[in-house]
Amino acid sequence: MSDAALPLAAAAPARRSSARGESLGVRIALIAVSLLFLLLFLLLPLAAVFVEAGSKGWEAYRAAITEPDALAAIRLTLLVAAIAVPFNIVVGIAAAWAVAKFEFRGKNLLISLIDLPFSVSPVISGLVFVLLFGAQGYFGPWLQAHDIKIVFALPGLILATVFVTFPFVARELIPHMQSLGTADEEAALTLGASPWRVFFRVTLPNVKWSLFYGVLLCNARAMGEFGAVAVVSGKIRGLTNTMPLHIEILYNEYMGAAAFAVASLLAGLALITLALKTFLEWRFGDEIAASRRH
Amino acid sequence: MTRPLFRRFLRAGLVLGAFTLGLGVTAGAQAQTELLNVSYDPTRELYREINAAFIAEWNARNPAKTISTIRQSHGGSGAQARTVIDGLAADVVTLALAGDIDAVAERSKKLPLDWQNRLPHNSSPYTSTIVFLVRKGNPKAIQDWGDLVKPGIRVITPNPKTSGGARWNYLAAWAYAEKAFGKDEAKVRDYIAKLLANVPVLDTGARGATTTFTQRGIGDVFLSWENEAFLALKEFGADKFEIVVPSLSILAEPPVALVDGNVDAKKSREQAQAYLDFLYTPKAQAIIARNFYRPRNPEAADPKDLANFPKVELITIDDVFGGWKKAQPTHFGDGGTFDQLYKPAR
Repeated sequence: MSDAALPLAAAAPARRSSARGESLGVRIALIAVSLLFLLLFLLLPLAAVFVEAGSKGWEAYRAAITEPDALAAIRLTLLVAAIAVPFNIVVGIAAAWAVAKFEFRGKNLLISLIDLPFSVSPVISGLVFVLLFGAQGYFGPWLQAHDIKIVFALPGLILATVFVTFPFVARELIPHMQSLGTADEEAALTLGASPWRVFFRVTLPNVKWSLFYGVLLCNARAMGEFGAVAVVSGKIRGLTNTMPLHIEILYNEYMGAAAFAVASLLAGLALITLALKTFLEWRFGDEIAASRRH
Repeated sequence: MTRPLFRRFLRAGLVLGAFTLGLGVTAGAQAQTELLNVSYDPTRELYREINAAFIAEWNARNPAKTISTIRQSHGGSGAQARTVIDGLAADVVTLALAGDIDAVAERSKKLPLDWQNRLPHNSSPYTSTIVFLVRKGNPKAIQDWGDLVKPGIRVITPNPKTSGGARWNYLAAWAYAEKAFGKDEAKVRDYIAKLLANVPVLDTGARGATTTFTQRGIGDVFLSWENEAFLALKEFGADKFEIVVPSLSILAEPPVALVDGNVDAKKSREQAQAYLDFLYTPKAQAIIARNFYRPRNPEAADPKDLANFPKVELITIDDVFGGWKKAQPTHFGDGGTFDQLYKPAR
């Protein structure tokens, strides 16, 4: 490790000076372009959401988010995330562990499979579940005979969400775990720790910050997912409408202010996620950097 | 020092998860009957009013078997039929055209093929027609179907594959062309192809197309359900849009049906049947007219509401196209006239 670090450290000052060597004009232009981009494509739309949400006043805002169908949508969104995210944490850790710490046949295939939900359009992700579990699907007749509802009900929403958000945790963990190598685990094992103990006391604490980022991203997507969920929802208001679907419905019913009120809640959740991440980076910055470098 | 904090986060997450799970479970427990009405796009406002009136009336008369709520699901009529076929447990379907309920009957086998004979007036408690919505002052001077194929006119209509309203639009245009060109099929097809070439975007449902035209400001003329056009005037004000009534249009009969397979499984047949019967009562007919649908029983409606409806020559699908069973495969089936004449890449 330290051998490899030496040439890097030596090269660093040279690179930094070349970066500083750019003329003032170039630097200002680059900064201006980035800031302008952020302003136009991130801050402006975000501000528009909150402005629209408040356009009919506080009372209308409160009414929009406490209306029974809106509450049901908020509850459903939280419920789906509360089930899908822990599931993906467990499976994501297992997959990342397998990929990072062991050598086995078909490892590349597994990595490709983990990425699959990123490359498949969310609409397709929803449709496959309709194909499998819909009344005309492969398992449809059996499910109907046993009175089990999957699509157009909570299980379908959870399945679609799990599928779409699956890669986030594993994708965060794999590179980190791989960069850490297996030396710590081997040391713990030679000192007599059981495999489970090694996992919980060595492997997991080493990657906890990556895990945390993965969970934040996974959660944000689970709450915001539209395409896959729209296909399996059946759009029954008050029952199978999640927040993103409810927003579309309100907008289509000419209730723009109400739609943006609910949208502002969703955006608020995203902002809280961002704030939490920033706070942790600020509070534990040194430790995070240390765990990354290791 | 940091490990306890991390644990605390973990614990907070678990508690929150359990809490939301509990909320979800309690919300799922319902003792009373709940109906699900799977409908098409523009009926949102109509059924909100109908449902409230029906629940009040039913629960007053039947305190022993009350209805807690009537759930609504809305979307393009064809797409909604598809979800019912795929297993959405609708008690009743109230779609834009008979062809879509035919599809549900054929594919899901949850209702008989002759479902349309079970209720009065072809199972359609209300009718509507297709009119043009244009921007205020009619800047492109669009008066009739013939004006839609002029170069540079942008026509907004949803996709006939998924939207019921769009199929009525398409057939109304076809009927106009047949009349105008004396049944010369080549000329009719040429007219339809030119009309479709003027369509910049095909939304999946009528409401999406309305939004495209009214809120996104795309297009010069919107081929719209009459009720949807009136609603747009009401929502956005008569100073933004106006309705143009063409020389000829089609009598649209949006039908309703009980989904026997689902109501028997949910033991809700009695309530669901009463719900559909309610649509034909004077009280419901008045609500129907107030929401800009043409009532079957005009005497029950407020004359002020009736005065909204313009007089227009209406052809019927049975007279001109031989009914939905024939029109659906000929025009909208795989390889039908729509597939032949619509070329998205222009």
